[in-house]
Amino acid sequence: MNAQADTATQAGEGEYNFAYLDEQTKRMIRRAILKAIAVPGYQVPFASREMPMPYGWGTGGVQVTASILGRDDVLKVIDQGSDDTTNAVSIRAFFEKTAQVATTTRTDEATIIQTRHRIPEKALKEDQIIVYQVPIPEPLRFLEPRETETRKMHALAEYGLMHVKLYEDIARHGHIATTYAYPVKVDGRYVMDPSPTPKFDNPKMHEMDALQLFGAGREKRIYAIPPHTAVESLDFEDYPFEIQKFDRPCAICGAENVYLDEVVLDDRGGRMFVCSDTDHCEERRAAGHTGEAGGIPLKGEETAR
Amino acid sequence: MSAKPLPDEEPLLRASALTRLYGERIGCRDVTFELYPGEVLAIVGESGSGKTTLLDCLSTRLAPTAGIVEYRMRDGTMRDLFRLTEAERRLLMRTDWGFVHQHAADGLRMSVSAGANVGERLMAVGERHYGDIRGTALDWLSRVEIDESRIDDTPRAFSGGMRQRLQIARNLVTNPRLVFMDEPTGGLDVSVQARLLDLLRGLVSDLGLSVIIVTHDLAVARLLSHRMMVMRHGKVIETGLTDRVLDDPQAPYTQLLVSSILQV
Amino acid sequence: MYVAVKGGEKAIRNAHRLLAHERRGDRAVPDLTLAQIVEQMALSVARVMAEGSLYDMELAALAIKQARGDLIEAIFLIRAYRTTLPRFGYSEPLDTAKMRVRRRISATYKDLPGGQLLGPTFDYTHRLLDFKLAAEGGEAPGTPELAEAAEEDMPRVTDLLGHEGLIEPDVPEGEIEDSETGDLTREPLSFPAGRDIRLQNLARGDEGFLLALGYSTQRGFGRTHPFAGEIRLGEVEVEFFAEELGFAVPLGRISVTECQMINQFQGSAKAPPQFSRGYGLVFGQGERKAMSMALVDRALRSRELGEEGGAPAQDEEFVLSHSDNVQATGFVEHLKLPHYVDFQAELALVRQMRREWEERNRKDKADAQEAAE
Repeated sequence: MNAQADTATQAGEGEYNFAYLDEQTKRMIRRAILKAIAVPGYQVPFASREMPMPYGWGTGGVQVTASILGRDDVLKVIDQGSDDTTNAVSIRAFFEKTAQVATTTRTDEATIIQTRHRIPEKALKEDQIIVYQVPIPEPLRFLEPRETETRKMHALAEYGLMHVKLYEDIARHGHIATTYAYPVKVDGRYVMDPSPTPKFDNPKMHEMDALQLFGAGREKRIYAIPPHTAVESLDFEDYPFEIQKFDRPCAICGAENVYLDEVVLDDRGGRMFVCSDTDHCEERRAAGHTGEAGGIPLKGEETAR
Repeated sequence: MSAKPLPDEEPLLRASALTRLYGERIGCRDVTFELYPGEVLAIVGESGSGKTTLLDCLSTRLAPTAGIVEYRMRDGTMRDLFRLTEAERRLLMRTDWGFVHQHAADGLRMSVSAGANVGERLMAVGERHYGDIRGTALDWLSRVEIDESRIDDTPRAFSGGMRQRLQIARNLVTNPRLVFMDEPTGGLDVSVQARLLDLLRGLVSDLGLSVIIVTHDLAVARLLSHRMMVMRHGKVIETGLTDRVLDDPQAPYTQLLVSSILQV
Repeated sequence: MYVAVKGGEKAIRNAHRLLAHERRGDRAVPDLTLAQIVEQMALSVARVMAEGSLYDMELAALAIKQARGDLIEAIFLIRAYRTTLPRFGYSEPLDTAKMRVRRRISATYKDLPGGQLLGPTFDYTHRLLDFKLAAEGGEAPGTPELAEAAEEDMPRVTDLLGHEGLIEPDVPEGEIEDSETGDLTREPLSFPAGRDIRLQNLARGDEGFLLALGYSTQRGFGRTHPFAGEIRLGEVEVEFFAEELGFAVPLGRISVTECQMINQFQGSAKAPPQFSRGYGLVFGQGERKAMSMALVDRALRSRELGEEGGAPAQDEEFVLSHSDNVQATGFVEHLKLPHYVDFQAELALVRQMRREWEERNRKDKADAQEAAE
């Protein structure tokens, strides 16, 4: 792809180490990852490096991916569930350029999936790793702005404040009004931010076969959920956790029980709902499924300019 | 409460030679006393007498320069408070103790509802049933004479007296055995003060609470406390049963204090 | 008809081509050379080196050119480049007493050993646009008269006070001077941070942020009663201790600006009344930044010195967590990234709550009507 030269760093090939980071840095990050796996849900501080993309745009995920990436890996990068959003394209091109690894858009072909804001609809397998990009790793941050205090709260498992927030939701709205970045408790111990995925995806994290790694570059934290670990969304006994439900299937592939994006068709209220996970949608269409919108060509035409 | 009632002769809290210095300046010096279950102790003195410093040391909000504070835990053992782990200390503070601040805003979460303010301690110790938490909150609101319809309002919309009563409910919801109070009626109108004192007196005797209350107001001490300590320049200069101290003060300073205030 | 939004790759490719075109601007105007930037935009170069924390004028100039003059973007480029460089070790501490001074002023002494040296400064210029500069290829300014470089070292003002014991020592008593210095590019920041880490953070921190914080201390939000003890600009030698050789070898000279603020201190139980210090050091000529840094450094010491805290500039977590403009710009600008998955979730919630609200209202109205009947 000749897009690489423009999308990744401007420097020529061969000037940087495999997957950009030097081996010492990768070792440091892998040590942090190992610690994170050993203490599920605990935020491990690490000496995050400056990356050639801005903080807040996936530098944490990129550093984690760079540290675990091997030459035989097959990488998939998604943003909002889609392989083709600009930031996903940019990060994929970065690794194509700096690591020359194979990339894919197919969930089941990938060995490493870096994601922002979604978990693929297709269940992940034991030999896969999903790497989440995390903007604010601290689930208590908006209740308590001080790092010194939140670290103490985690250490002592003082999580009452988290439920105060949920209590307030119910008192005010009659139900919990947190829709994404919905806090979870990992392995019965640490309360963790699942990154800004919709709460629809929370149940997928529970007892997942794949290893889940979370990288927050700007905030310099790595955390992890090892395979087959209990992940429980916080709730009340009489107001149990619920995920979003869509009252219609995907308009393109007819899928049900998947997360849908709303697409505005015109300025007269016309809209349609389609799969947020584009790979899932394409796979279903290739298998002959169609939705109410019917025969849309498999590879859509380019509209972005 | 599941814990066995303690024999009366065993103190709940004991301070020994408690001293706190601020550089050269004395906060409080060499304070020794015992507090028994169900007892209300008033610490009185003018501002700067060291009574608030003493309260902060007793409640572990401030580390003393020297001396020991011991507390009888629910299992009956006497523990040095400054040797507790942080986890033990914080658990103690949110279950077995209460702290009523002079300014309700220091003791409340002003941006969350009254119900959540009362329910927070319950949630902190693992209560996970919304309906039960709300039921308990409603019960406590009525006990401190706050209309049940106000449960979803934030304390910002409350009057000073209501805020103070809410703060008391928030503290008492976990059935603490010891409550610290720092000028709980300070800054309130006289009529509001009277109502609050009445309420406090009722709750303290109904629940059999032990209380250490700091006040500069001898009328508050007279109304609430069994025993009082008079402080000046960081030292305890007189101690005894409240009625005795107020009716027959021994130290010249206490005599001055009593005569100057009670005659007004 | 809906068409899947494809073409991220092509869009990026085209956008970057357009950016390159716009960066160059009108082809009839000569291309900027790095030498021009180094020579004529020296203060921009200095800022990029300081906050990019890499001393290389050519690279800084390249970054400025590539960033179309956006200094924070240029700093970002330098930082990203810097992380990829191999690290051989740490230099010896700079000895600014041995600086070849080009400018040196003190606001606390009228005259002092070595004298006041105004040097190249905007101070005392009248801020009038000089239209002569607008003319291309105008006459070069006359050659300035330069004094011979002073033979002797110029003692620092704080050292003069130090001889009298009137200012706290550089290194607090009981601490060892060569104790290991932290490196926040290698260790994550944790709180409370030592002064070494704080100073490193401030040295890389955004000039505008520190300027505003420093200013706030002067306006009463954490007053420190500062005097500009000394500001000096010049060249210092950088030395590196080579293990194989067993001695320090000079690597070259760099330009730095150093500011030592002298602040009032009442004394405490442990320390007698004496002056205390706030310290600022930046690459190149950057007085505003060095002075702001010194003010904020001193403000951040309030707890250590037992002073009343609570002002923004005294709040270590607040200052150190928000000083880095590369972090800040990334996170502010990440709001440009798509958030439609989260927005979809919120949209559904608002719709649901609207429905519930309308139902409640309808019911209330119906109840009211029933009651009225």
